[in-house]
Amino acid sequence: MPIAKVNGVEVEFEPGMTVLQVAERAGQEIPRFCYHERLSIAGNCRMCLVEVKPGPPKPQASCALPAADGQEIFTDTPMVKKAREGVMEFLLINHPLDCPICDQGGECDLQDQAVGYGRDGSRYGENKRAVEEKNMGPTVKTFMTRCIQCTRCVRFITEVAGVPDIGMISRGESAEITTYLEKNIDSELSGNVNDLCPVGALTHRPWQYHYRPWELKKTETIDVMDALGSNIRADSRGAEVMRVLPRVNEGINEEWLSDKSRYAVDGLQARRLDRPWVRENGKLRPASWDEALSVVADKIKAASADRIGVIAGDLQDAESMKATLDLFRALGSANTDCRQDGAALGGEAREGWLFNSGLQGIENADAILIVGANPRTEAPLLNARIRKSWLKGGVEVGVIGPQADLTYDYNYLGAGSKTVGKLPKAATDFLTKAERPAIIVGAGALTGETGPAVLNALGALAKKVGVVKDGWNGFNVLHAAAARVGGLDMGFLPGEGGLDVATMLKPGALDVLFLLGADEVNADASGAFRVYLGSHGDRGAHGADVILPGAAYTEKSGLYVNTEGRVQMAERVVFPKGEAKDDWAIIRALSERVGHKLPFDTLEQLRTKLMGDHPTFGRIDYLAPAATFDVAKLGAKGDLGDVAFVSVIADPYLTNPIARASETMAQLSAERMAPVALAAE
Amino acid sequence: MSVRRLAKEQPSSFEFSKETMEKAQWWIKKYPESRRQSAVIPILWLVQKQEGWVSEPSLRAIGDLLGMAYIRVLEVATFYTMFQLTPVGTAALIQVCGTTQCMLRGSNELMRVCREKIGPKDELSADGRFTWQEVECIGACSNAPVAQINDLYYEDLTPENMAQIIDDFAAGKTPKAGSYVGRHTSEPVGGARVLTDPALYDGSAAKKIKKLPNSEPVAEKAPV
Repeated sequence: MPIAKVNGVEVEFEPGMTVLQVAERAGQEIPRFCYHERLSIAGNCRMCLVEVKPGPPKPQASCALPAADGQEIFTDTPMVKKAREGVMEFLLINHPLDCPICDQGGECDLQDQAVGYGRDGSRYGENKRAVEEKNMGPTVKTFMTRCIQCTRCVRFITEVAGVPDIGMISRGESAEITTYLEKNIDSELSGNVNDLCPVGALTHRPWQYHYRPWELKKTETIDVMDALGSNIRADSRGAEVMRVLPRVNEGINEEWLSDKSRYAVDGLQARRLDRPWVRENGKLRPASWDEALSVVADKIKAASADRIGVIAGDLQDAESMKATLDLFRALGSANTDCRQDGAALGGEAREGWLFNSGLQGIENADAILIVGANPRTEAPLLNARIRKSWLKGGVEVGVIGPQADLTYDYNYLGAGSKTVGKLPKAATDFLTKAERPAIIVGAGALTGETGPAVLNALGALAKKVGVVKDGWNGFNVLHAAAARVGGLDMGFLPGEGGLDVATMLKPGALDVLFLLGADEVNADASGAFRVYLGSHGDRGAHGADVILPGAAYTEKSGLYVNTEGRVQMAERVVFPKGEAKDDWAIIRALSERVGHKLPFDTLEQLRTKLMGDHPTFGRIDYLAPAATFDVAKLGAKGDLGDVAFVSVIADPYLTNPIARASETMAQLSAERMAPVALAAE
Repeated sequence: MSVRRLAKEQPSSFEFSKETMEKAQWWIKKYPESRRQSAVIPILWLVQKQEGWVSEPSLRAIGDLLGMAYIRVLEVATFYTMFQLTPVGTAALIQVCGTTQCMLRGSNELMRVCREKIGPKDELSADGRFTWQEVECIGACSNAPVAQINDLYYEDLTPENMAQIIDDFAAGKTPKAGSYVGRHTSEPVGGARVLTDPALYDGSAAKKIKKLPNSEPVAEKAPV
């Protein structure tokens, strides 16, 4: 490997690295505004100037200069210091000094670097330029006077998000960042431009003037808005989660976050269940915990074991599902199911419901067949990865199912199960000739009566074209719910002779229906006594006879398994609202009243039991290398019929109770989904 | 240069004329299919030729034609000041050079005439037939002061010339372009002072060339 000297210290580097990267490798921090590791290099802020020998006797922009063998790089000479001060002074000619009222204040790159590398004053007494505000939609608040034209937002939205909406118009001193005629940014990743903005020009509109960064308590936790389990940092003040920002996790979300994961947090403050409720004479009235639990216990005890059932919701942590599952098994009920969407998954090998290649691994695939999923709405960051891989030119994509704008080109092969049954030759060919083919199956393909048959046919296809082979497992199930894999891993499925979700909901099927945070099913017709345990007054609570207030994902410590099968632990950021309790504790209290006391008193004991029964839960933050399995055994042979696949997510901004309670999500849904509905009419 | 914005009032639609489209296709063919957008500047220019200015619907039409995001077309159109983003006079677009040489030779006076006869700078005249602008150096300094009117240069102007030219355009005529002091291109006023011998131009001084200079192969030097 070539060697360069940074401030006299030799450092090895890989060919193709830039001077800035080599200097970083040597531990020298280089200030920058426009340069970002995950974006193309622009080289327009000039903050990263360094001195390089051999070379012209002037400072060089290190972000855009390839390092060479034997090069000497200086980052602390008087020339570099002077250059940085000069650039800083130039940048500040037109930057307003409104830090005290700027949302970026306290976490601003310009502020920090002005202190670190700038002069103490300015020699420019002229008036500063003023720029009109621009509308960019409900997620982005603009203060364009503060813009320093680094173009990070332009590059992000064009390259990573694949929606070229932002641009820089005019030139020179008049240059302005804007969208075309100030239309809204139509990207599900738009919030990231606010993170990328090194100054306060683009800030988070939903949180505008809500906080100052230094007054927030920061808790590292896990996102549950989709099944990717993006790593987040939830910042809270008092009892309120003020904002959610991404944490870097190369294996999952890199350093991005989708708008839903980020901006749905205002839903945590609205429509909350903060005390137990009991229905009396057709009307809900507030009740004490004691009373509510007794009512539920009486009803359960009165019903026969095969007439009670439980449906687990999409945001449920593994511990509460485990406690519920154990309780219902103890009661003798086999009517347990966690698949609200009715996907034909679960059972045999764990690989049968995982995203086996891994989110990072999907970038290695050279052919991807997407079946019955719209990754852009179901898992925006997975879609960004596929786009990244497509931009590099290494992957061919085929789609069976919904035909949507995925931000990359694909071959549209067919609408539904008919195409799966009789694949066009082109489809099999592009998978066969690929070295590492992958199939991404969405829950949309696996629902309904044809679900098992579709899964079986895809398994057979996977086996035929070598999707699963030694050293490569490209059979990927894309879930849309954060709780789903955890539920499947612990076998939260109908037991021997048990009813599944659809049959439990049929009129007269059950006497007592327990909804464990299940809001995506319509239980109005079931006629059973309904108990709802959850955090929000949403569909599930709407018709419930007893409401038990639980904790939202930021209010409890819990395990979540993402679509790859990676177990991650979410942390408590704030306490549950009002009288609400941790979900597992409610189940534990209920178990005592129904006479089947669960064998744990603390969350740790529950976790120990969970990990003992299902060892996969013990491997926190660990992604097992994909094992091969007999993919052809999946599902059941049957008539494929002719069903057009529909993504399980009709409106990505309204997928769960938290999002539905969020004002920002309602706004995004109205802005971004309405035109789609019009087009479909 | 101030911030360039699209005109407030825009036509409802834009159509490429047959002729513009033919020329546009010629430009598009010059580039590989995957680099169609390289033709954006010539096509913006063609559209401006067709309409006199570049309207918002035309930006979208160009974006659609080249498979570009609209914002990318807008970026180009706002970057170059020669693209007119607002309607300009139908009879004449007068661009008076105001940079140093022309200014020293009296361009301020030309602009005064324009202001008196047409109206404020950068605005369409009341009758919609004239627009005048001040532009940066247009590269004809030896003939200062200069104005570009529509596609042609009008050089060595006096305020009287300018007034006459505007009147002529207003009358529907196209005044003669070029120098208004009667010189040939940028020769000195009163005619050329050097290379005046007629023999230089009748062929009598020509000699037959025996061999072209530097046409012989260079002898290989022995390595040192």
